[in-house]
Amino acid sequence: MGSQQSCGCGGGARLIFACSGAADVGEIADKAARKLTRDGAGRMFCAAGLGGRISGILKTTEAAEGVLAIDGCPLNCVKSSLEQAGFTAFRHLQLADLGLEKGKSPAMEENVNKVATRAAEMIGS
Amino acid sequence: MKMIQILGTGCPKCKKLAENVQTAAKDAGIECEVVKVTDINEIMKFGVMITPALAVDGQVKVVGKVPSPDEIKKMLA
Repeated sequence: MGSQQSCGCGGGARLIFACSGAADVGEIADKAARKLTRDGAGRMFCAAGLGGRISGILKTTEAAEGVLAIDGCPLNCVKSSLEQAGFTAFRHLQLADLGLEKGKSPAMEENVNKVATRAAEMIGS
Repeated sequence: MKMIQILGTGCPKCKKLAENVQTAAKDAGIECEVVKVTDINEIMKFGVMITPALAVDGQVKVVGKVPSPDEIKKMLA
């Protein structure tokens, strides 16, 4: 983050939670979320803070304009974390639905772009 | 004594929140220290990405809106 002061008022951010898990698909989810943040489609936010019940992260999520969860594999850890924290109104992208199978999907640019493109569509819709 | 932190970079909503906090504390007769956190990097250390926000004793109570004095009183209780 830069040091430039900017007011965060009024605009409910579009938040992106990626599982950022240990497997290749977790890495793809992580890189896609960071790319979406760089591209201005939304803001990657800390999924671990949901599990940790960090008050600032939970309250910011409540105030968000939209929330997208990106899960690398069918364990759906981000989706579960959001639900256990009491959130129900969010979009969910699971990489297996894009044909990216755990253990067989290297975190190469092509795969990251594929996820980021689909995620951007979901955030914008 | 409670520590109330107002998280915001100083826009009108943040100032209104500070006013409401002062009103709530005075009405409720609660002794508190009110601190304005205006540095965006310090604000983000709370995990807050939308302002204004209000923290009581380090716990974030509300983000992205200006609660009324009555609502703040409940947060201080």
